[in-house]
Amino acid sequence: MPDATQYCTFRVDTLYLGIDVHKVQEVMRRLDTTPVPLAHAAIVGMINLRGQIVTAIDLRQRIGLAPRPVDQEPMNVVMRTDDGAVSLIVDEIGDVIAVAEDLFERIPDTLQGPIRDLVRGVYKLDGQLLLILDSAKAALSDAPSAVPAESLSHYVPGTNR
Amino acid sequence: MMYDAGESNEILNEFLVESYEGLDQLDRDLIVLEHRGNDPELLGRVFRCIHTIKGTCGFLGFEKLEAVAHVGENLLSRLRDGSLAVTPAITSALLAMIDAIRALLQRIEQHGDEGDSEHGELVAVLAALADADAVAADADSDSPSAEFDADTLAAEAPDVPLVGTILVARGEVDPADVASAVHEQAQGTAQWVGEILVARGAARPEAVKEALDTQQDIRSANVSDSSIRVDVALLDRLMNLVGELVLARNQILQSPAAKLDAALLGTTQRLNLITSELQEGVMKTRMQPIGSVWSKFPRVVRDLAIACGKQVNIAMEGAETELDKTIIEAIKDPLTHIVRNSVDHGIEGPQQRVTNNKSPEGRLLLRAFHEGGQVNIEIIDDGAGIDPARLRAKAVEKGLHTPESAARLSDRDAMNLIFAAGFSTAAKVTNVSGRGVGMDVVRTNIEKIGGTVDVSSIVGNGTTLRIKIPLTLAIIPGLVVTSAGERFVIPQVSLLELVRLEHEEAKLRVERIGSSPVYRLRGKLLPLVHLNHTLDLPHNGWPAAATAVGEPLNIVVVQTDGTPFGLVVDGINDTEEIVVKPLGKQLKGISAFAGATIMGDGQVALILDVHGIAQRAGVLGEGREAAATGGDAGRAARGEVHTLLLFGFGDNHRMALPLSEIARLEEFAPAMVEHTGPHDVVQYRNQIMPLVRLADSLPGVTGTADPADPLQVIVYANGDQYFGLVVDRILDILEVPVTMQRRRTGGAVLGTAIIQNKVTDILDIRRLVETVELDFASSVSEEQEILSHA
Repeated sequence: MPDATQYCTFRVDTLYLGIDVHKVQEVMRRLDTTPVPLAHAAIVGMINLRGQIVTAIDLRQRIGLAPRPVDQEPMNVVMRTDDGAVSLIVDEIGDVIAVAEDLFERIPDTLQGPIRDLVRGVYKLDGQLLLILDSAKAALSDAPSAVPAESLSHYVPGTNR
Repeated sequence: MMYDAGESNEILNEFLVESYEGLDQLDRDLIVLEHRGNDPELLGRVFRCIHTIKGTCGFLGFEKLEAVAHVGENLLSRLRDGSLAVTPAITSALLAMIDAIRALLQRIEQHGDEGDSEHGELVAVLAALADADAVAADADSDSPSAEFDADTLAAEAPDVPLVGTILVARGEVDPADVASAVHEQAQGTAQWVGEILVARGAARPEAVKEALDTQQDIRSANVSDSSIRVDVALLDRLMNLVGELVLARNQILQSPAAKLDAALLGTTQRLNLITSELQEGVMKTRMQPIGSVWSKFPRVVRDLAIACGKQVNIAMEGAETELDKTIIEAIKDPLTHIVRNSVDHGIEGPQQRVTNNKSPEGRLLLRAFHEGGQVNIEIIDDGAGIDPARLRAKAVEKGLHTPESAARLSDRDAMNLIFAAGFSTAAKVTNVSGRGVGMDVVRTNIEKIGGTVDVSSIVGNGTTLRIKIPLTLAIIPGLVVTSAGERFVIPQVSLLELVRLEHEEAKLRVERIGSSPVYRLRGKLLPLVHLNHTLDLPHNGWPAAATAVGEPLNIVVVQTDGTPFGLVVDGINDTEEIVVKPLGKQLKGISAFAGATIMGDGQVALILDVHGIAQRAGVLGEGREAAATGGDAGRAARGEVHTLLLFGFGDNHRMALPLSEIARLEEFAPAMVEHTGPHDVVQYRNQIMPLVRLADSLPGVTGTADPADPLQVIVYANGDQYFGLVVDRILDILEVPVTMQRRRTGGAVLGTAIIQNKVTDILDIRRLVETVELDFASSVSEEQEILSHA
């Protein structure tokens, strides 16, 4: 059961998703990204967020949805993870809403595809369903990189503190 | 003891820090003392240090520590008054005492108490030594008045001894003369004690001058008054802030507005200067002399030499050479290992040395110096040296090389084999070596901080290990290049040179072996690696035949593991000081990148890991073989013999796989195929094995197998998970030399070769399975989840 009841919500394609508002650092408009070759397909690239380098993940790709229409301006939801900030790229940002715990339910077993792995549960709101994103999984924090490391990652000077 | 109040905590911390420092110095002093015998100055220093520790312990209430220091002090005082001479046994006991004190201090630091260990044995040994009968005591320094005077004078100025004290201690003047000279000075004579003594003819002028020099040395070594202690975490933060400032400065410097406005331009230039100076200053605060690591080595070498029954004299040059603290930390272990190795394996026993016409005492020299923005550290011994022939034989024995490839190794390459994993030439594993840290770990650790290590040796004359490391890690110089429209930074340490070939020249000078381009750089074949290919970037520059427009070819010659190769990029921009930032966890697995940085325009650029790139591009090959024959190209040209499984699709599409990759060949009736999600699966050895229909998953392959026929399946095991590749038919297994004609045609095809006179695609099964695996693994875990919920 999630203990937080306040969620930052956003839309990706037809999905209405939310993450714990305490995990969200900020919401930004489109930022210049530098692509990272060889990375997981959902990783759009890296963003310079006031001197901090943030990995950006396209949630559409991550969930396995069709690419975003070109005329649609994406939004960055920058969230804090144990491993620094990660930006989730979404279609449209929604409100921060408080939801009652008794509206929570596990996701039905019929939900298939990559999204099943990324969603922790669902709140039955009036007229729509709010899916709660597993932020660590969405941020690829627990998944191995798509490209295997031929060797141990090697010479990473900045981590040497 | 209770240390709840912040103030007493501070006192305790200060005590700990000072004591540790004092002990480090003691280690060094005792070793020197062992060589020089009863040097009064050194003995005085050692005595004072232990005395201070003992005194403070008494004040803070650490009784055990006080007891240990007390017996040590007794022994030292007998050494100091000359009634005992320094012997190796005494030195060992004193060193053991330092270890015991250090252990107690650590215990106090971590737990706040002294622990249970009484160090009774050590105390007994020290006491016994102190009680030993006096050895030929020097009559002069034994005189009670000298003892008294030296002591009282020392008490007045505990750190810098007075000239008189020094002279008395050296037996140059009579203590009574000094006392009266001091008295005269106190009466108001505006003269120094030394001058009075010389004027009275009580001391030789040279002796006074020498004493003054000694005093000056001690004074300059004593900088505690002009320095303060700063938390390293604070310095790290300052360093980060300066890094940000450097970025901001770079942005302003590149901004077009700054070039238009004259006033702004002036300010910008000043900002530029100040930032550079600030950066230098902050970096300096983190600098430590390499001597702080080396200072432990005389002790290490002494203990080890005694343990091995050898005689080793250690010398140091350039101990004042400064390095960033993080680097100092990082090289501590590798250096210790190398030094131990030199003593253990390099330097021979005394008899052996005499037989070889060397002095019985081996020599170990540590040298450090700056060169080209890097620090060079050399560890030189005059031991037996390394025999390349023995290394070659060992490499063959260990299966790292075939006899032929080993014979082809140059002596230098053979020498570098000592850094190969799983390579130890020590006939027996002593308790010194064989601690699980091999030279391969030494190399890995040094390369981790962007350094290189190299070995050279002359049999019978000795071995030199040369380490090159950057001064600092946080801000490094790098070369900015572009490839496929993206910017990348190549760390300067990996850089050898830049080569630019105009288009016509490039056509002539770049040759191919098989499909691999090579360039003759001063007569040696340099394998070329296209950065965009290696990184799977879309844009294909040269040498695709289509881009025949007169574009020049930019080759960045880089080096890793001693293997040079040419990185072909689209453009070479500039060198820049970059601030290294770590990559997010999601990107850490990509070995081609070492980190990221923010460029002057605010955009992020990736820092290339040359080693990772070389591995991806196959430049390093197996062992060091590739290096000797021109890398990738060399291997492809020779056409290594592989055992291949041939299989086919449609009418005449042939593919091959190395047989070693395959677990089994199976047939499944179509009815056995079941489904989960989008996957076709069969039950196989109590597992759900996904089937990959190659005809569907590879572009340009069409299958013509009858759906009613049994499926021909190649079973591939990736760890515990089986995968079945469905093919139309299995053709043959044969052993052939493979010469790849075309490499990396994309996706899961490794390349194309002519086998049995027919064009055959070589499948990259690992790559294929990886794409399937991620997909499948997630859907299987879904199913398990459903089952567990049911």
